[in-house]
Amino acid sequence: MKLMTKARLKSPWVLHFDTGSCNGCDIEILAALTPKFDAERFGIVNIGDPKQADILLITGPANHRNKTVLKNLYDQMPEPKLVMAIGECACSGAIFHNCPNTLGGVDKVVPVDVYVPGCAARPEQIVDGVVLALQKLAEKSEQLEKKEKKGE
Amino acid sequence: MTQEIDMALRVLYVLSAPILAGLLTGIDRKLTARMQSRMGPPLLQPFYDLIKLWGKEPFITNNIQPTLAFGYLAFTVTGISLIALQEDLLFILYTVLIADVCLAVAAYSTKSPYSNLGGKRELLAMLSIEPIMVLTAIGVHLITGSFQISSIFAYPTPLIFILPAALAVQVIVLVIDMKKSPFDISGSSHAHQSLVRGVYTEFSGYTQALVELGHWLKVYFTMSLIALFWAQNFLIGGAIAFVLFFVAILIDNLYPRLDWKDMLKTSWTFGFIMILVNLIVIVVFKVI
Repeated sequence: MKLMTKARLKSPWVLHFDTGSCNGCDIEILAALTPKFDAERFGIVNIGDPKQADILLITGPANHRNKTVLKNLYDQMPEPKLVMAIGECACSGAIFHNCPNTLGGVDKVVPVDVYVPGCAARPEQIVDGVVLALQKLAEKSEQLEKKEKKGE
Repeated sequence: MTQEIDMALRVLYVLSAPILAGLLTGIDRKLTARMQSRMGPPLLQPFYDLIKLWGKEPFITNNIQPTLAFGYLAFTVTGISLIALQEDLLFILYTVLIADVCLAVAAYSTKSPYSNLGGKRELLAMLSIEPIMVLTAIGVHLITGSFQISSIFAYPTPLIFILPAALAVQVIVLVIDMKKSPFDISGSSHAHQSLVRGVYTEFSGYTQALVELGHWLKVYFTMSLIALFWAQNFLIGGAIAFVLFFVAILIDNLYPRLDWKDMLKTSWTFGFIMILVNLIVIVVFKVI
């Protein structure tokens, strides 16, 4: 079933969640989704609904307040799904890494597939990250299909 | 022999519906992108989306939802098949009405407030569309003396010359059915709207694929009804439907979204008056 993998790569719908970032990375993400860069030509749609999304974009460091929300959003997404940590804060906590109110990077709460560093992450880096994410999605998709075959 | 060709055309019309309807959605997305000076997704993007959704892990909110999602698709397909059989117009309209009810009930069957509000607005959208459709059907009855679609085919002059105002009003129906901009209140294919995804919020995976396919076919169904305005030659009829489709996309890109009150006002005043004036002119001046 190569068609399924192709379809998955051709239509990655994203969900954007801000765990308390300074909005620098959010603005860069939204800039990459504007008509000027036209993310829709790759089938990317900012869907805003975790049940229908394929890629979760997280900006900002995880903290005690929003870790349950983040986990909940992650759990609501159906497989195959990917998580991208965008910006230095989401990757490691950056300057907030040892603050008492934060947990550090979002990988303390949900498994992260792609780390996009930068403060703020540039649109070029985000696009680079998406390309990496799609490679990973292809791997995941093939693994899923192998599992399904074994299940039969 | 001509009867066999006629039969083959009818079967082809029903069987090619999912492909044509998907291509229509692709053309819609491409046209919208060009109007916003973007390149837009590939023409086959809707099919990729559909296949992807089908392959997602099934997350089902409750037991009734998949059935209702399937009902939405099934009743729309039934409506299209009934057009091919040239059945009663009112019967067809109410069959497709049940499809919409399925969608609204599916949205109501969950506890999500977005979904519930979307369901309410879906019912309001139905309330705006149905009177226009039924009044147009009454116009057809005035002219041909029957609600049967076969009588439209048998009538010598195309309906567009007798019911031009009714045809113009179909743009409103098409915009509401396609969930396009001034009236995309119940749910939208675009990014964030006030209700996230409205009626579609609680669908995911294969149930969403069913609803998505149902929605394509719903638009195809409405365009088929519009094509009946020149039933004598289905190519011209199709061209008329496509022109209205283009106008609907143009309106989508020109106007910001309005709320449900404006939708009801537009269809119940502008829509009603246009069709009524058309019908009065027919009766008073005995155009037929």
